[in-house]
Amino acid sequence: MGALLEIRGLKTHFATDDGMVQAVDGVDLIVDRGETLGVVGESGCGKTVTALSVLKLIAMPPGRIVEGQILWQGRDLVPLGGRDLDLIRSKEIAIVFQEPMTSLNPVYTVGEQIAEVLRRHEGLGRRAAREKTIEMLRLVQIPNAERRVGDYPHQFSGGMRQRVMIAMALSCSPQLLIADEPTTALDVTIQAQILELLQDLKSRLGMAVMLITHAMGVVAETAQRVVVMYAGKVVEEAPVRQLFARPLHPYTRGLIRSMPRIDRAATRKTRLEAIGGVVPSLLAPPPGCRFAPRCRFAAAICREAVPPLREIEGGHRVACALAETIPQ
Amino acid sequence: MSEPLLRVKDLVKHFAIKGGVFSRQTDRVHAVDHVSFDIAAGETLGLVGESGCGKSTTGRCILRLIEPTAGEIWFEGRNVTALDRGALRALCRDMQIIFQDPFASLNPRMTVGAIISEALTIHKLAKSRREFTDRVVQLLETVGLDADHMRRYPHEFSGGQRQRIGIARALAVEPKLIVCDEPVSALDVSIQAQVINLLEDLQERFSLTYLFIAHDLSVVEHISTRVAVMYLGRVVEIASARNLYTSPRHPYTEALLSAVPIPDPEVKRQRIMLQGDVPNPIRPPSGCRFHTRCPIRKLPLCSQQIPELKEGPKGHWVACHLRS
Repeated sequence: MGALLEIRGLKTHFATDDGMVQAVDGVDLIVDRGETLGVVGESGCGKTVTALSVLKLIAMPPGRIVEGQILWQGRDLVPLGGRDLDLIRSKEIAIVFQEPMTSLNPVYTVGEQIAEVLRRHEGLGRRAAREKTIEMLRLVQIPNAERRVGDYPHQFSGGMRQRVMIAMALSCSPQLLIADEPTTALDVTIQAQILELLQDLKSRLGMAVMLITHAMGVVAETAQRVVVMYAGKVVEEAPVRQLFARPLHPYTRGLIRSMPRIDRAATRKTRLEAIGGVVPSLLAPPPGCRFAPRCRFAAAICREAVPPLREIEGGHRVACALAETIPQ
Repeated sequence: MSEPLLRVKDLVKHFAIKGGVFSRQTDRVHAVDHVSFDIAAGETLGLVGESGCGKSTTGRCILRLIEPTAGEIWFEGRNVTALDRGALRALCRDMQIIFQDPFASLNPRMTVGAIISEALTIHKLAKSRREFTDRVVQLLETVGLDADHMRRYPHEFSGGQRQRIGIARALAVEPKLIVCDEPVSALDVSIQAQVINLLEDLQERFSLTYLFIAHDLSVVEHISTRVAVMYLGRVVEIASARNLYTSPRHPYTEALLSAVPIPDPEVKRQRIMLQGDVPNPIRPPSGCRFHTRCPIRKLPLCSQQIPELKEGPKGHWVACHLRS
């Protein structure tokens, strides 16, 4: 049986007044059934555009999927449109966004908004939709679901709104949930609640999750496999334990080591290992490896050719010409 | 103990909520409620807490960017809260602030040079044009930017570079205390470390004192000498960074620390899940403000009496009926 989702050589570019922004430039990744894939990277690395490309939620124009395939259970979504795409978007792949404040409509009650999904896609009647809505709110552990179903989004806190978004996303039992920075806008204790909820729902409903985040800590705790992106490309991919135990790409290492660790409070403080420089412009990305200008190991070869993503050991792939030679 | 550089005593800030036809005050938000702490010269006090806990309001009250409702702020033995406008302006030379959002805190119509040198003009810190330019160049180089950046505008810079401009602006008047209000939370991970390292270098070079306000507990642990934890407008615990993180006493601090995800899949921790959300600061819970979510509360004590901050061994202060 093939992968649930397989992205092959995806290129999504945006036309701007200054030229073409190569936001996603040749991304390959796979999400298997029932797994949590973490996609990490900094702002502008293309992680969100990759996710939005899957559901074709990119504004076109200015955006355009220039190249590549998005295989959903073997079927390419790129040429799809209209009703076929709607069906997949509604019942098979769901998405939760970062901003629970702006993704809900402020003039409808949360119950109406979830019921709308159920009536449209599941063909439920008014009463059945309401009952199912309450059931969904209970599933995401919103207290007093029968009463809260009639509340408006502004009556919910940030964490509760994100629960509503998750309830809405899961209402048609998708096989894949794309969670785009679902906890970034939330406080740390609320983040812990939402991550636990997602883990719990994933194992109960048996769906796969594509978790997009910039936080290495969140990935370490929730994902089974991780894809690291930099400047529109995948630079490393590995099972989570392998990635953290033996990161091969200098950028991944930099990400892991540049953050202070709370669990090392008792040890002597050392200076943080910062990554120098800034993320390159995607209008005119540097030739060769896009990380080379910031990489302290970079050699001539790095500036000449784009390093391909290659497998070093079981399931651990890296796009670095010098991966074997640079010291750990 | 010698006199601290900064002493905050019983600081209170209520924000009025107006409503009705005559916009009378109908209610008030208890943003900061009887907050007290000291900062010694040369140290970094970290101030942590979740959104709405009053940490930024506290920082702004110290500089009187927001007028406190009650309480006293003492800086080098002078009562800041009693100063008139002129004296307050003079005091601005000693106390500066760095803001969170490097996009909103720099005037887009001013060149970087003008932004940094504005304070030099106000405080008459340069005698000649030559001296003026030299000082700006020196400041830019101190924060890791180039001299030719002074003729450019803020939009030409990245987030990390803009934060450096904000730091240069604060340094221009040679302050003693800098209030850093979430200085790295808007920055990318790889840039955060650069700015944190810069702040540490500057502290050593200019013997600066920091009040470091942030919600990121790992960053605060790294940079702080001592840390104060706030919850719903009150300080619940203050201790040295090491003590607070290795042996937290307040149940809220414990839960907060246990919620931080650790970037290592091999580390498995017991997580203390807090139920529910932070209560509304317009009508905060009676007694201990944390009692509605506290896993160890004892009723009716915790819901009736407000616990005072009490000092334990090694300068470890806790406001909890059961743990102090």
